[in-house]
Amino acid sequence: MLTTILFYVFSAVLVGAALGVVLSRNPVHAALCLVLAFFNSAALWLLLEAEFLGIVLVLVYVGAVMVLFLFVVMMLDINVAQLREGFTRYAPLGAMVALLMIGEIVYAVWFRQLGVNLAGSAPALAPGSNTAALGELLYSKYMLPSELASVVLLVAIVAAIVLTLRRRPNLKQQDINAQVAVRSIDRVRIMKVDSVTRS
Amino acid sequence: MIGLPHFLVLAGVLFSIAVAGIFLNRKNLIVLLMCIELMLLAVNFNFVAFSRFFGDLDGQIFVFFILTVAAAESAIGLAILVVLFRERRGIDVESLNRLRG
Repeated sequence: MLTTILFYVFSAVLVGAALGVVLSRNPVHAALCLVLAFFNSAALWLLLEAEFLGIVLVLVYVGAVMVLFLFVVMMLDINVAQLREGFTRYAPLGAMVALLMIGEIVYAVWFRQLGVNLAGSAPALAPGSNTAALGELLYSKYMLPSELASVVLLVAIVAAIVLTLRRRPNLKQQDINAQVAVRSIDRVRIMKVDSVTRS
Repeated sequence: MIGLPHFLVLAGVLFSIAVAGIFLNRKNLIVLLMCIELMLLAVNFNFVAFSRFFGDLDGQIFVFFILTVAAAESAIGLAILVVLFRERRGIDVESLNRLRG
């Protein structure tokens, strides 16, 4: 019973937050609504007993990706009014497509049950931690894919840095190679100076 | 009693809202990226729900990989966005017409 109430509360807030992302005028508000949506999704995943993924969603998405989004939104000086052009023109089309898709999904999933029986209750989970079970699977059966995922992340790091790297032409900067390769003869010259006695 | 269809319908609603957002905010690149994140979240919802109700942990592993790829995608997307803003002084999608596509 409590699960049912929690499901409806979290999903109502989730759908409201998603509408806020789509409809809000200010990109900062959209980003904050997306954070709310991620928090509610994490709560719903906890209800589904996917504890590890719920925590990862909060840590990775809210902690890293959304902070990145907020940084970019606040760094760029965006003319919001100009970007809102055409919003009302495309609103009927967007709403129609969304309602059509929702109708199709509700028909297929709720009334037709995808042609199979979906109504069964969830099987009991094996005792023990969800995180430990996922870890065992990740480091045995999915060893190679997890290595490949780390390569994907490395490529993303390199790509993001290379894309945003900017060389300004007339900027004074150190040339490390020249500094390291310097010899003492380039800097200090020893001269013989005859001594002169003043009378 | 909350069953699998509840979660599937919720994910479908979320995905449809994100699709509508792509229609509505077709000039604002940053909100487009946020809508893509929302779509990926809806897909992850399906994976987690099926994984729970079919008692198979492989679905959750797949969500893990989707999260990895989505993080990489948003990092590169935002980097491209910053470069675009530097070049054009704006993030209007319609100004991306140098290739005359």
